[in-house]
Amino acid sequence: MRGRWRGVKYDFDWSVLWSGESGGWLLQGILTTLEISALAWLLAVALGILSGAMRTVPFAPLRAIATFYVEFFRNVPILVWMFFWYFGVPPLLPHAIRDWLFNHGAEFWAGMFALGVYHGARMSEVIRSGIQSIPKTQFEASMAMGLTVWQAYWLVIVPVALRLIVPPATNESLNLLKNSSVALTISVAELTFQTRQIETYTAKAIEALTAGTLIYLVLCVSIAIIMARIERRFAIPGLIARVGAG
Amino acid sequence: MLDFGVVLSNFKFLIVQGFLGVGSFGGGTLRLAIPAIVLGFLLGIFIGLARLANVAWIRFPATIYVEFFRGVPLVMVIFWFWFIIPQLLQLPIPEYGVALTAFVIFEAAYFGEIVRAGVQSVPRGQAEAATAVGLRGSQTLRFVVLPQALRNMIPSLVTQIIVLFKDTSLASIIGYVDLTKAAQIVNNREIRPFELYLFIAVVYWICTYSMSRYARRLERRLAHA
Repeated sequence: MRGRWRGVKYDFDWSVLWSGESGGWLLQGILTTLEISALAWLLAVALGILSGAMRTVPFAPLRAIATFYVEFFRNVPILVWMFFWYFGVPPLLPHAIRDWLFNHGAEFWAGMFALGVYHGARMSEVIRSGIQSIPKTQFEASMAMGLTVWQAYWLVIVPVALRLIVPPATNESLNLLKNSSVALTISVAELTFQTRQIETYTAKAIEALTAGTLIYLVLCVSIAIIMARIERRFAIPGLIARVGAG
Repeated sequence: MLDFGVVLSNFKFLIVQGFLGVGSFGGGTLRLAIPAIVLGFLLGIFIGLARLANVAWIRFPATIYVEFFRGVPLVMVIFWFWFIIPQLLQLPIPEYGVALTAFVIFEAAYFGEIVRAGVQSVPRGQAEAATAVGLRGSQTLRFVVLPQALRNMIPSLVTQIIVLFKDTSLASIIGYVDLTKAAQIVNNREIRPFELYLFIAVVYWICTYSMSRYARRLERRLAHA
């Protein structure tokens, strides 16, 4: 196929996407993207719940630690965090740990950590707004029934908050998936990296980028559809589950 | 072991060249961020209004535009423009042009959603009243709906501006010498990654955090008005 526009010639050759090693590279890329995103997501949710809850407890030092974490980590570009965790931190670690890391895909772990810590801070704001939208009387009632602060959060506040925040949390999870593409800068072989690799080997930029772009669109749309079902399943009857993302 | 002197001895390069963009490399985080914010928002107004149009052939392309760009990573979009613009125009385009185009077009999708939500937050009666007192459609939009919408948009607008400001660091991937790239250049010579990347993290943080503080003040003031 040959396209012509204003005298610009470009020979399309879509077979570069499956001939040679390209197909395997794309598949590897998808798997790595999903893997790094899933692990980072778990870390982000754990950090988000912990720090989001900490920002609402009636104990100032805990609030201060959580506020520092959230305000510092979410306000710095993810790319800077990637460089920081990959280039900046390992030289400060003890020799044995550093050697182990570089023998076990340090770029993957640094990228995962950067994504998880950054999005944990952003997730934290989503979870905090969820917690703060729960009437204070819920907490007071839990206290009156003799629960400890920990129990009140773990058994009453957090479960309700998580059900309220499905839409903004979905949005944030999709941001995480998209931001995993930044990991190509520290040479994690994820989807964007593999797209670039196909482009480098075949000099077919449009085909390679089209493939990568479509795969991202499909991933994002499928996750959005799954989450919409989860949202319906877990919506609390009588509560309008629309909480603004911090 | 740690030596923050490296930051001081390269302070001028990092800030004047990398952050402000004054020097032989061109570049500059601010020189990219400010036009990207202004142009992206202007394009976003059109996209947002187009999504609310009564005519399907205006509304439909705008919806596709927004949904497409919100489903694709910015890095991907930057690579698209990096390959496509020079090929279409048959001229070498400097990184600045590529990065600015990519940012404006990508962020306009997000700004468009904010504008749409802002316009939808203005009660319908306002537009009806404006029509009733005899304003034309464009006048209603300009003098009645948009000013009120803008006020409602401010919180999410500032959030998006902060996101865009942070995103400009991605221009370094195609070789644009912004603050992040400047730190990389210095690091190649000095091999002090921890100190340098922590320093630029703090510079980014000062900018974004002061923006969000200012936004909170502004919101409070507008809430009283």
